[in-house]
Amino acid sequence: MSSLDKRAKQYWKENIRYVLILLSIWFLVSYVFGIFLVEPLNAIHIGGAKLGFWFAQQGSIYVFVILIFVYVNLMNKLDKKYEFDEI
Amino acid sequence: MSVQTWTFIIVGLTFALYIGIAIWSRAGSTSEFYVAGGGVHPVANGMATAADWMSAASFISMAGLISFMGYDGAVFLMGWTGGYVLLALLLAPYLRKFGKFTVPDFIGDRYYSNVARTVAVICAIIVSFTYVAGQMRGVGVVFSRFLEVDITTGVYIGMAIVFFYAVLGGMKGITYTQVAQYCVLIFAYMVPALFISLAMTGHVIPQLGLIGDVSDGSGMALLDKLDQLNTELGFAEYTNGTKTMTDVFAITFALMVGTAGLPHVIVRFFTVPRVKDARISAGWALLFIAILYTTAPAIAAFARYNLINTVSNEQYSSMPVWFSKWEETGLIAFTDKNNDGIIQYVADAGKNELTIDRDIMVLANPEIANLPNWVIALVAAGGLAAALSTAAGLLLVISTALSRDLIKMQINPNISEKGELMWARIGAVFAVIVAGYFGINPPGFVAAVVALAFGLAAASFFPAIVLGVFDKRMNREGAIAGMVVGISLMLWYMLKYKFGTFDGGKDAVAALKDGWWFGISPEGFGTVAMTVNLIIAFVVSRLTPAPPQEVQDIVEDIRVPRGAGSAHAH
Repeated sequence: MSSLDKRAKQYWKENIRYVLILLSIWFLVSYVFGIFLVEPLNAIHIGGAKLGFWFAQQGSIYVFVILIFVYVNLMNKLDKKYEFDEI
Repeated sequence: MSVQTWTFIIVGLTFALYIGIAIWSRAGSTSEFYVAGGGVHPVANGMATAADWMSAASFISMAGLISFMGYDGAVFLMGWTGGYVLLALLLAPYLRKFGKFTVPDFIGDRYYSNVARTVAVICAIIVSFTYVAGQMRGVGVVFSRFLEVDITTGVYIGMAIVFFYAVLGGMKGITYTQVAQYCVLIFAYMVPALFISLAMTGHVIPQLGLIGDVSDGSGMALLDKLDQLNTELGFAEYTNGTKTMTDVFAITFALMVGTAGLPHVIVRFFTVPRVKDARISAGWALLFIAILYTTAPAIAAFARYNLINTVSNEQYSSMPVWFSKWEETGLIAFTDKNNDGIIQYVADAGKNELTIDRDIMVLANPEIANLPNWVIALVAAGGLAAALSTAAGLLLVISTALSRDLIKMQINPNISEKGELMWARIGAVFAVIVAGYFGINPPGFVAAVVALAFGLAAASFFPAIVLGVFDKRMNREGAIAGMVVGISLMLWYMLKYKFGTFDGGKDAVAALKDGWWFGISPEGFGTVAMTVNLIIAFVVSRLTPAPPQEVQDIVEDIRVPRGAGSAHAH
């Protein structure tokens, strides 16, 4: 196996790890907070809104936006680290 | 100046702008026609994607839907935004690296098969046509309500405009018009929202108004007040829904995955120069979309509160001017069942005297809040921008499916660049005419089918693309079997449980509800069909030969932004 091959394999492994972590957060804020745990979370309030309701209609969307920008940042660094960054 | 005059001026100015952009950005090559030459700035692409994505339904209907659904409205809010996370993390960068022009291009090459390509073309056309018919109808409806022309004339005007910039400019014209359309639509959406939020809660920002207190001196939170009002009238609490948890989950998931599988959205990521631009433009797109999507639930709550306060148990004769104006359009209707001259708006269908179309929540919002006439005209221009931008994106998918995926890749591979470009334009003309036809003579199922287009996309494309990148062992047989079974199952479920096709038509649908698999509605069934697709693709691929080495090398290659995979290792 050439060094390029190894480099690509390692790069892909780290990428998969980032994707899995970020998608867990994606699942947590939307499906867990906004749907499955909506009732218990509704006992807590954020301003005048019940927390579960707020996650379903507001919070999850904010987190989605943040997740993508975090991923972009992580991947730009990863591209550089493994010298796969585009000119 | 009257609303009518303002509307002519503002809509006329925006149309002149779109046509100006179209002339400035004519496409000279197939690459410009298909992917705008691949040189679009990521922020511009983000705006174009946002406009492409947000349709007449997002702009006109969504806030109203949430207003009546309360918590359950979250399925649209999360479902239509969460898909961008999947796009950014699982699809966009790899498809950009792959570097072709269409989704069937990817499927055909990755699965080394023209059968796979053809299946993908058929799926793309089914999904795009169901979607585009609703958009043309939306254009007609906005025209008829604000300019008092009939719907047919409205559709013709819309067709002429889209025709002009889609046929002339292809993706390049569409992209820059969509950037302008995003600016128009977001401005038109936010202006009334800011005014209403300020008047109702004292917060300028609607997102804060939603969680704030009502400024009526009671010191109560807006949402608590809404819960109370809804309960008094016999509706479910605003912050609690009526759908089952399984169904909410299934619908949200199907909408997310469907979003990530829509060809007209995916193709936008082919237009940026580099892989890293594809990633970040998904981020910009979602940010631009989120501005509208986090405002919509606030508008929904404000509108619900305003509506109940204005009409509930009030004298019909003392209703404000907007009430009678919208009564004429049939969007709001009052039948005095007990002849007491007072409006009873309650959950009990036998006693309820008021029927309200959900679209009124956005369309009549400026009037309800007593905003100046130019704001009302602005909302009309915004609705048109939303409908036209989405229609154009869809028409492009249909035209490239014809010129590239069918003619260039299958029927006549030796066609010249000029010939292919001509076919792309012919395809666009054909698509505009068909879309216009459906806009004028909408088959009864259009509205219902638009939501189901997501299920279809989820059941067909999403697994094929994701497996194509993340599972090197995935082969032709697996992908084709998965797509065919997935989309067929989805179509069957839709026909059976949405249209009652096998049980005597629409009237039978309500009785079939008990037969829903796992209690999942047709709108959420994309989740099940997608899972079936995944499983079948996986099993079939393991029982059949691995893909050839050069295809495995393609997969290695698209996984890294720069440099080649093992094929070119030295």
